[in-house]
Amino acid sequence: MNRTRIAVVGFAAVLALLAAGLAGATTSSHAKGSHVSALKGTITFDGIWTSTSGQKQFQDVINLFNKTYPNVQVKYKPVGDNLPTVLATAIAGGKPPDMADIAQPGTVAQFAKQGKLKSIAYARSTIAANFAPAWLSLGTYSGKLYALPFKAANKSIVWYNVPAFKNAGVKAPKTFAQLLADAKTIKSSGTPAYSIGGADGWTLTDMFENIYLRTFGAAKYNALGAHKIKWTDPSVKTALTTMAKIIGDTGNIAGGTSGALQYGFNDSVTNAFASPAKAAMVFEADFVGGVITSSTKAKANTGFNTFTWPSITPGPDAGAVEIAGDLFVAFHDTPAIEAFVKFLAAAPAAEAWAKQGGFGTGNKNVPASIYPDAITRTNEAPISSAKSVVFDMSDEQPPSFGATASQGEWGLFQDFLKTPSDVAGIQTKLEAAAAAAYKKGK
Amino acid sequence: MSAGGITAEPPVAAAPPPAAGPGRLGKYVTGAIFLGPALFLLGVWMVYPAVYTIVRSFFGEHGFIGTWVGIDNYKTLFTTSTLLTAIKNNAIWVAVVPALVTAIGLIFAVLTERVRWAVAFKTVVFLPMAISAFATGVTWRIMYQQDPGLGAVNALGKTISGVFSPAGVLSQASPSIPALQTTPSGALVLKTATHPGGIVLLGLTGIAPDQVPKSAVQAVTPPPKPGDVVGTVWRDFKPGGGKVGVVEKQELGLPGVTVELRDAAGKTVQSTTSKPDGSFDFSKVPQGTYHAAIGAKTFAKPFGGFAWLGPSLIVPSLLIAYIWIWAGFAMVVIGAGLAAMPRDVLEAARTDGATEWQTFRRVTIPLLMPVLSVVFVTMIINVLKVFDIVYALAPQSEYAKANVIALAMYFTAFQGGGNFGVGSAIAVFLFILVVPVLALNIRRFRRDM
Repeated sequence: MNRTRIAVVGFAAVLALLAAGLAGATTSSHAKGSHVSALKGTITFDGIWTSTSGQKQFQDVINLFNKTYPNVQVKYKPVGDNLPTVLATAIAGGKPPDMADIAQPGTVAQFAKQGKLKSIAYARSTIAANFAPAWLSLGTYSGKLYALPFKAANKSIVWYNVPAFKNAGVKAPKTFAQLLADAKTIKSSGTPAYSIGGADGWTLTDMFENIYLRTFGAAKYNALGAHKIKWTDPSVKTALTTMAKIIGDTGNIAGGTSGALQYGFNDSVTNAFASPAKAAMVFEADFVGGVITSSTKAKANTGFNTFTWPSITPGPDAGAVEIAGDLFVAFHDTPAIEAFVKFLAAAPAAEAWAKQGGFGTGNKNVPASIYPDAITRTNEAPISSAKSVVFDMSDEQPPSFGATASQGEWGLFQDFLKTPSDVAGIQTKLEAAAAAAYKKGK
Repeated sequence: MSAGGITAEPPVAAAPPPAAGPGRLGKYVTGAIFLGPALFLLGVWMVYPAVYTIVRSFFGEHGFIGTWVGIDNYKTLFTTSTLLTAIKNNAIWVAVVPALVTAIGLIFAVLTERVRWAVAFKTVVFLPMAISAFATGVTWRIMYQQDPGLGAVNALGKTISGVFSPAGVLSQASPSIPALQTTPSGALVLKTATHPGGIVLLGLTGIAPDQVPKSAVQAVTPPPKPGDVVGTVWRDFKPGGGKVGVVEKQELGLPGVTVELRDAAGKTVQSTTSKPDGSFDFSKVPQGTYHAAIGAKTFAKPFGGFAWLGPSLIVPSLLIAYIWIWAGFAMVVIGAGLAAMPRDVLEAARTDGATEWQTFRRVTIPLLMPVLSVVFVTMIINVLKVFDIVYALAPQSEYAKANVIALAMYFTAFQGGGNFGVGSAIAVFLFILVVPVLALNIRRFRRDM
């Protein structure tokens, strides 16, 4: 997705790991299973996590696997952010790794369509026993199960500056109407309410996606993501109009519109949690926590806290969660790979990382108590308990539309931030860009 | 994809003359042995990628080769608005940068000949060449930040403007009640008229707790006084918001605010300063209708900074940073040319009564022409290929405005888009642009040899 996110997740993980180490992490009780030394083999695994962003935690997961399968060697290669490009090149060269970790469902779909992936249907029953059905469909492309959603990040979160909220005398809002009212109060208290990292287009699409999800529910959300609903649809108009209530409130945004367009994601976080605060809240995912702890002095609970994206339309999907996640795919099929995939789908593998922080999972057998602190628990527990879960829409779309700097959706939402009044114009442009991207994808 | 690499490579060194002895065949074998490695590497790293890129530009977007699409990729190149912006921007770069870099380099070179600290000066000007363009981009991006608290360029602007128009004590404040209105001059006037014996309440919000003066205490509404207009100016906000326009507990007075009493004609008849509890008192006011106001000075905004990285200034900002890098290079090359120039010609000109300017215009510049054109042509090639500084300096939200051909190629082929067809077409187009300049350069190399 982007390197900031990855770095941030990693940093959070490292911090949490230190904390866990100090607290004297207990050894996992799941490792006592019998040894299967008969199974031998090597698995090459390309992933985005580097030494500063989760490689160590994933190695812990591998080590746990090796306690049961001591003769299977998993060779993890930290490729970093460019993974989709590296994989595409490796596939073109005929030498893909055995397994890989891909953050974009759009890329998985592309590889699946090209027939490069091996189905992991052998792990279906394990996944079904551990995840809600929605997760199986997240990994299913044209009827076949290809991907295991090993790691997930909750994107339906708002982070807020506790002293700024206290100064304004407001509490974390539960509804969108309350959020807007509180924002007005916060403005009167002398601090802009919103911090927006508009230089990174994905922060804007994330905001739109949460609004759309909370207004129209998961089914329509997924239809829009698959371009079965057009961007000129009235529902998009409603969601954009709702979004304009936030981004159109120029005087209530740190730095105003022009400032927001220059602040990247990291800046938006430091603006909101610096002292004195330049803004009161940031609409972004669980990985914001890592930036707060690494670049500001704010402390959990007294300095920063989170609330769930407020509900807009009451209904069954009011508590739906938007996630970004890591999808594990296999390019080969061997007994060793099958054993590893099944192991990863079960709770102990997720717990080995989850207890260190910086990790969320849809695995319903991972108890919420495994998360190292209260804020992490609030953020990550809904991923497995939410009634409906959707994937980050812009990651699902063809990358030229949903994931390219200054092009397609990212660029057009930056235009929308510049002129929030022009809802119809943005809709037309979004539809044109989406139509071109989907046409090419076919 | 490799158009950049092709242009930067020096010509292959010719094989050394073979030693006398072996026959004709042996001569060729020796030649082949010496040439072999270089030819092989050139083939693998230069010829093959270049040919592949040209072929690839006629095929579809995905895969090693894709499907044949003819010149569709080139049509896309000239019909997509972001790519057209890139071409237009490259044209601006070519028009501005080589000329300015050469001119500035020339000025520096001539001046450094005459200053005492020439070496120190040259070192400083040349230093940016030692920094990678990417690091330069990151550094300038920070210096260009709009917030004067972050960006050095705007901080300078703030310092200067602070001298001429200092910021007011309550620059962020806004009125809490609709009756308190902003005039075109920036002052706040209470539209509700008042009379001697009346009370005026001037509520302000949008003031952060740390902006309230330290001496402030709980706001108080003063009791009415016959013949006087009294009132209070206060922070009309308490946690939760409070009642608008009403002085409540926990709401602080705003001391030190200049409050004015204006008559029906809008002329200020009295002005006073508020006390720590925000109260003020205009004494012995003659009968009549008045309006209370807070002067514009109180709300004077501090210099907010220019949006150097915004849509209208991003291209000039990039050009400045790029010229900053290359001016030193031009200075050193031109300085070398200047040092090698025959002094007697200059002396002859001066003896003949030419002024310094005439000597410079009619003698120095013509003699330096070969060097100047080397710098100029080198800069054209550099500028056509410009990539890293744009990538590092421009915020993503302005990539569309700041786009250049090499950046467009990278984003089309390798980022998100993954369209190797159009990406190759852009690379070939860039290559075609560079070739004539390159040919010019090679011809001059030949002539010089």
